[in-house]
Amino acid sequence: MAEVVLEGVGKVYADGTRAVNNLNLHIADGEFLVLVGPSGCGKTTALRMIAGLEEISEGTLRIGDRVVNQVPARDRDVAMVFQSYALYPHLDVYENIAFGLRLRKLNKDEIDRRVKQAARTLGLEEYLHRKPRALSGGQRQRVAMGRAIVREPAAFLMDEPLSNLDAKLRVQMRAEIARIQRDLQVTTIYVTHDQTEAMTLGDRVAVMRKGVLQQVAPPQVLYDRPANLFVAGFIGSPAMNLVQGVFSRNGDDLTLTLGDQSIPVPGKLLEERPALRGYLDRPVAVGIRPEDMEDASISSNKSAILQSTADLVEALGSDLLVHFSLNVPQVVTEDTRELAADIGADEVPSGSTSRGTDLVARFNPRSRVREGDTISVAVDTERIHVFDAETGVSIWGDSDR
Amino acid sequence: MTATTAPADASSSGSQEQQARQAMGAPKRSAIYYVVSALGNGLVQAFLIIVALLWLVPTVGLLITSLRTSQDYSESGWWTVFTEPAQITFRNYQNILESDRIIDSLWNTVLISVPSTVLVVLIGAAAAYAFAWIDFPGRDWLFIVVVGLIVVPVQVGLLPDAWLFGKMGIYGDITAVVLFHVAFGLPFAIFLLRNFFIGIPRDLLEAARMDGGRELTIFRKVVLPLGWPAIASLAIFQFLWVWNDLLVALSFASSENAPITYALREQTRSFGANIDIIAPGAFLSMIVPLVVFFAFQRYFVQGVLAGSVK
Repeated sequence: MAEVVLEGVGKVYADGTRAVNNLNLHIADGEFLVLVGPSGCGKTTALRMIAGLEEISEGTLRIGDRVVNQVPARDRDVAMVFQSYALYPHLDVYENIAFGLRLRKLNKDEIDRRVKQAARTLGLEEYLHRKPRALSGGQRQRVAMGRAIVREPAAFLMDEPLSNLDAKLRVQMRAEIARIQRDLQVTTIYVTHDQTEAMTLGDRVAVMRKGVLQQVAPPQVLYDRPANLFVAGFIGSPAMNLVQGVFSRNGDDLTLTLGDQSIPVPGKLLEERPALRGYLDRPVAVGIRPEDMEDASISSNKSAILQSTADLVEALGSDLLVHFSLNVPQVVTEDTRELAADIGADEVPSGSTSRGTDLVARFNPRSRVREGDTISVAVDTERIHVFDAETGVSIWGDSDR
Repeated sequence: MTATTAPADASSSGSQEQQARQAMGAPKRSAIYYVVSALGNGLVQAFLIIVALLWLVPTVGLLITSLRTSQDYSESGWWTVFTEPAQITFRNYQNILESDRIIDSLWNTVLISVPSTVLVVLIGAAAAYAFAWIDFPGRDWLFIVVVGLIVVPVQVGLLPDAWLFGKMGIYGDITAVVLFHVAFGLPFAIFLLRNFFIGIPRDLLEAARMDGGRELTIFRKVVLPLGWPAIASLAIFQFLWVWNDLLVALSFASSENAPITYALREQTRSFGANIDIIAPGAFLSMIVPLVVFFAFQRYFVQGVLAGSVK
C-alpha cells in the first residue's frame, strides 16, 4: 500500500502525438481515484504509464517512496484489472488467480491460503476448477479482480473493468468493487468513461480532456463547482443545459436575460461569485442543471419563470424529462464541441439557430405536462452556474480560485 | 495447413455480409458449417469412405507384398493372397530385422528427424515470439527477410552448404543433415508461428507482465500453451518432411549415416529391385509418421482461446 504521485507526467508518441500533457496527481495511500473523460482523452494512457506498460516520456512517477519511471511493470508492485479481463484461457480459475503468486515464488501453503481467501471474498469458491470459457461475464470479471487482490499490491489499476458487463450486473459489480476497495484499503486508480461510475466510486474524480487534466475533486464538488464548461457538461446526467445569457443589475439583485425572456436572480450570486461583477451586461455562458428546474405549477418558486413549449416528455417513473427550447443563442466553445463529439452528435451548430437552444428539465412526476403543452419552468436561481463565454472557465472569485 | 486456414479466411472476408445477415435475423453460417453439416449426410459419408478405400489400395498392396516371398511377387499379383492366404509369411521381416543395414538406417532417420523437428520448433517459436511481441529495431525488415527466405528452394543450398560443411569438417555427419533441415525449416516455422502468436490478445501478455513475468516466463507459461495447436501442426509437418526426405540425405549423409530413404534406394536396381527388402522397409518407414500423426491429431482441435477475453 502506498501513495502514487505523478509530477508533470506526459506521453508523446514517436509520431509526435501528445496523449498526456503535464499530468500532476497526488493519490493518497488508500484513496480511490477515478480518471474519467471521453474516449481519447488520455486516461487509459495515463493508467498504462502508471502500470509500466507504456513508457513515460516526461515527468516523474512515484509509487510509495520509489521513483519508478525506469522500473519494469513486473517490479512496480501494482496489479491491473483489464477491460477484457485477460484471463489465461489454458488455466483454471485457481491457477489464474495463483499465477502472479507462483511467478513470485511464494510457498504453496501461502498461495493456497491467499487464493482461497480471495475466492471467498469474491464468491468464486465453486468455480475454482473451471476454465474461463465456462464462466459467465460477471464471474470472469470476479476472477480478474481476484487475480489483482491476491497479489496484495501497493495499488490497483483498473481499466474500465465493468464496460463489458450488462447494465444490471454493472451496478452490482460496481458496489462490489467499492466494498472490496473499502475493506482492503488499497490505493486504487480506476479509469472509466462512465460518469456514473466515476461519481459513485471515487473518493476523488479526475476529469481529463485531450490529455489535459481539467479538475480533480471529490464527486460532489465536481458537481457543485465545476471548474469549466467541459467538467460541467461531462458530470451529471442528463447533462447541464448551457445557454448564452446576460446578467444586469437590478437594485441589489440581478436580472438574467435569456434571449427574449428574463428572470430575477438574487444578489447573493454576486457574493458567491465576486468575479461575476466584471461580466455584467455582457454575454456569459449560463449553466442550469435539469434537476434545478421544475414545473412552475407545482413549485413554490414563483419568481424565476421561463415560458416555453414541451417538445418531448420522457416519463422515467421517478421523474419526467421535459425537452423544450428557448430562443437564445447556444454556447459553443472548444469544450462543448468536445462534449458533443463524445456523445456522437454529428454536427455542432455554430452560434445561434432559428430554433434557439434545446434544454432538458427534470420535473417531478406530479407534473402533468404533456407534449405540446405550454409550460412554465421555475428555475432554482441559487444553483445557476456561470462560465466565461470565450474560455469556458467557471466564473467564481479571486478568493475562491 | 492451407486446408485449415482457408475456411477461416473465407469467413472473415465475408464478415460484413454476415453481420448484415445477422442483423436480419438469419443465423451466421461459415463455410466450415456447411462442410461439417454435409458430413452428416449418409450419401456423402459413403462417397468419402469409397475415396478413402481407393487411397488405401497401394498401401494395402505394399503391406501384402511385404508379407510374400520375392518369388511369389515375380509370379503373381498381391491380390491373389485373398484366394491363397498360405502365401503370407513373415520371413521378409525376419530377414530385415537380422540385416543391420535397414535397422541402422531407420535409427539414422530417427536421429535426423527428431533433432531437426525439435530444433525448428524451439528456435522457431522463440523467434516468432520476438517477431510478434518484442519491439526491437529493424524487426519488420528482418521479418520480411525471413518471409522472403521461404521461397528459396533447398536445391539452391546444396552446393554452398556442401562446401561449408566440408570446411567445418562435418560433411557426411548426421549433424550436417540436421543443420541443413533446420536452416531450411526455420523460415516457414517462424512465419507460421509468428502469425499465430500475433493473434494472442495483447492484454494476456500484459497481464502476465503485470503478474511479474519476464519474457522467458511469459513465453513458456502463456505463449507456448496457447500456441500449442500451431506448434503441434508445425511439428508434424516438419517431422514428416524430414522423415521422408531423400535429396538432402543423398547430398550430405555418408553411407554409414544414411537414413531409411537412402538405404531403400540402394536396393533398387536398373532391372527390378530387391522387393523382399524394399517392401517391408518402406512399410516400416511409413509406420512412424502414421503413429506421430495419430498421436498429435487431437492438438489440431482449435478453440483453445475461447473465453479468455470478453
